[in-house]
Amino acid sequence: MAELLDMQSIGKRFGNVTALENGQLALEKGEVHALLGVNGAGKSTMIKILSGVYGQDSGEIRLNGEIISLRSPKQAKEHGIYCVYQEVDTAIVAELTVAENILMDSFAAGGSLLLSKQKINKQAKEALVQLQSEEISVTRKAGTLTLAEKQLVLIARALVHSAKIIIFDEPTAPLSLTESDKLFSVIQKLSSEGVGCVFISHRLPEVFEISDRITVMREGKWVNTFVTAESDSEGIIEAMLGEALSHELEYQPHPTGDNVLEVRRLSDSGKLKDISFSVKAGEIVGVVGLVGAGKTELAKALFGAANSVSGSVEIAGKQTRIKHPEDAIRAGMALIPEERRKEGLFVHETLRANASFPNLRKFSTKLFMNKTAENKFAEDIIDKLKIKTGDTETPLVHLSGGNQQKVAIGKWMSLDSLLYLFDEPTKGVDIGAKVDIFKLIRELAGSGKGCLYFSSEIHEAIGISDRILVMCDGQIVKELSRQEATQERILLYASGGKEELNQTEKLSERERSSISV
Amino acid sequence: MKENAVQFLFKYGAIILLIAIILYFSSISDAFFSYGNFSDILRSISIVTLLALGVTFTLVVDGFDLSVGSTMSLSTVVTASLMVWYDMPLWLVLLLPLLIGVAVGLVNSFLITVIGIPDLLATLSMMYIVAGLHRTYTEGYSIYNNMPLTSGGTAPGQLSEAFLWIGQGQMLGLPVPVWIMVVMVLAAYVILNHTRWGRILYMTGGNAEAATLSGVNVKRVKTSAYIISGVFASMAGILFTARVGSGQIDAGAPLLMEAVAAVFVGYSVLGAGKPNALGTFFGAAVIGILLNGLTIQNLPYYAFDIIKGAVLVAALAVTYVYAKNKFAKT
Repeated sequence: MAELLDMQSIGKRFGNVTALENGQLALEKGEVHALLGVNGAGKSTMIKILSGVYGQDSGEIRLNGEIISLRSPKQAKEHGIYCVYQEVDTAIVAELTVAENILMDSFAAGGSLLLSKQKINKQAKEALVQLQSEEISVTRKAGTLTLAEKQLVLIARALVHSAKIIIFDEPTAPLSLTESDKLFSVIQKLSSEGVGCVFISHRLPEVFEISDRITVMREGKWVNTFVTAESDSEGIIEAMLGEALSHELEYQPHPTGDNVLEVRRLSDSGKLKDISFSVKAGEIVGVVGLVGAGKTELAKALFGAANSVSGSVEIAGKQTRIKHPEDAIRAGMALIPEERRKEGLFVHETLRANASFPNLRKFSTKLFMNKTAENKFAEDIIDKLKIKTGDTETPLVHLSGGNQQKVAIGKWMSLDSLLYLFDEPTKGVDIGAKVDIFKLIRELAGSGKGCLYFSSEIHEAIGISDRILVMCDGQIVKELSRQEATQERILLYASGGKEELNQTEKLSERERSSISV
Repeated sequence: MKENAVQFLFKYGAIILLIAIILYFSSISDAFFSYGNFSDILRSISIVTLLALGVTFTLVVDGFDLSVGSTMSLSTVVTASLMVWYDMPLWLVLLLPLLIGVAVGLVNSFLITVIGIPDLLATLSMMYIVAGLHRTYTEGYSIYNNMPLTSGGTAPGQLSEAFLWIGQGQMLGLPVPVWIMVVMVLAAYVILNHTRWGRILYMTGGNAEAATLSGVNVKRVKTSAYIISGVFASMAGILFTARVGSGQIDAGAPLLMEAVAAVFVGYSVLGAGKPNALGTFFGAAVIGILLNGLTIQNLPYYAFDIIKGAVLVAALAVTYVYAKNKFAKT
């Protein structure tokens, strides 16, 4: 295989912040190369330099041995470098047809003023056939496509221009499993045709499935490049974190108490249908399902943030009517919502103000705020949750995703709630912070709190939960104990399947000792 | 280097500007830098400051009350009419206009939180409706002592001395309206910056969804902000009547943009970056001093709007340039 791309000692600074100090990435023709690192390691800066969004301050980029300069996305595209961004919607024009979207760059480039619809449709069709996706009609409006289909349209756009390099920036994050599999087969096909693919993901299992080599970055620097076939996940995680943390999460059985939550026949006007379950004190209950199964809706319905919810909810044995989050908090619940920047935090406010907010009465005398008490509490949670921040007055925008999430959890600590609802708490969080969050959830359960852990990351849920409820299409379709839960079985139920009896026994004897992150 | 300059300008720019303006006018006019003139300036900004405090509260909750000018106009003529037309006792004369402010605030917040009209559009509509109400109420005439009535005869009442004292009297060496303004600014400052209520108002404005999920009843908070805004506008109207000694129609309309400008100048005082009571007072002072100095310079009054507009643009430019820098992706 020939060296297609070589990025050497790339450096990039933003003001006083050094985003990249020594970025390296080498890509061979037809290779799938995974780029890994915790948040803030410099991955996105690397790919933004490669796709021409930023110019590098130092270092050189060679394509087929020649030094090239990529000062704009247009130049990158002229060199055959295309990027499929995570937020596909920003790159798709919803009002145009699929074909027009696929061939958009060639309109933008100029050329003939008159467009032949037929010709466009034909070219677009050819590109989709190459991706084995001819079932997407080229005359449909792009706005009506699913996320996965939109990704394919973006890939087709790259193909039309005979791309040499395609960058996939966390492409599987919003996809269901079958959609991910489809995407992988497309990536494999592209690489077999000689296209170099750069693949970024937070999910290690799929990195091992798809990539030929893995480059790990840490703190803006290249750490190592591994050949996938010769490496294991522990080695990679160690390279990403600088130390092995994965062993710290041994499962320990712990005692559970009475029910803190008992839900009977809960429904809402939309997604949720007839949901009943309970959570005991000291128990971590995982609620697992694919994206769109209704997990977030359930969390919000329990917390009083949804409309027209019917059914009964008992908290600590008391029948409770929850019509507003205010009631839920008073009854002893805490919600760590999925969209933390949008729903969980006040990102432009200081850490101190965020931390004290759910329980302002505790931090005020009569009507007046007591800033000393607020500061003390903020410092407490910084210590306890190992939040990396300047001080208690730092606005949260300056914190990384993982540290923001810790604040979103920590702010509930002043209330001493009975029941914590975690909605996808590890979403967009790097491995280091993930481990801290898992430990924290374990600690909460250890101190007798009930925890509901809503997640579509099945392996994480298996690692943390004492018991797992599988959701599919707004209903709880199966309850599995820790011993019964395996990735395969959960997936089967989550995607609406049923298992045959003899399979059950075969799968029931599985042991797990740690969370695979 | 460039970032530091922006930081510095944002933090101290407004204060430096104020000092520069004072120095400039003092150097060209002897009448400018005197106790009498400054007490005049403070009195002249007291009404706008009250109006601007109301706008501040609505901006804090991420709303925007454009109806304050009209509410002030309505309160002005109602206050005058209660005395002139109906000869009512002073306590009622002071109370009823405030209740009108509460009512306007309630309607505003109903449109915004219950029906779901965006703040700017809802209060813009209310601005017209309330302005129309106050003109209809007076049939287009201003209200003054013993005015002739359309139904024949003259009005029975007069604006009382005690009432006029509110707008024209002196107390401890300063005009009464200045005292009212100082008390209200301090009260608003303490409430917004040092109490639980203020925290809830600011956090709701920062992220309504997160506030809801932290247990705040956002609708109730927004409603209270609009009621406060209406009450401040009514107070401004009462003060205006007492100051002028009659119920002028359309008294509040020209003050709306001045109040808005004061609030936005206030954003940048000492780098607050958000609406705040002391900043609002400071903003009103900057505009007041500027206009006073220009009057001494014989600038024609019809050119004042150019100055007010320019101050607003400058304040907005500083605020938005700063926000772009501060919250840019690092």
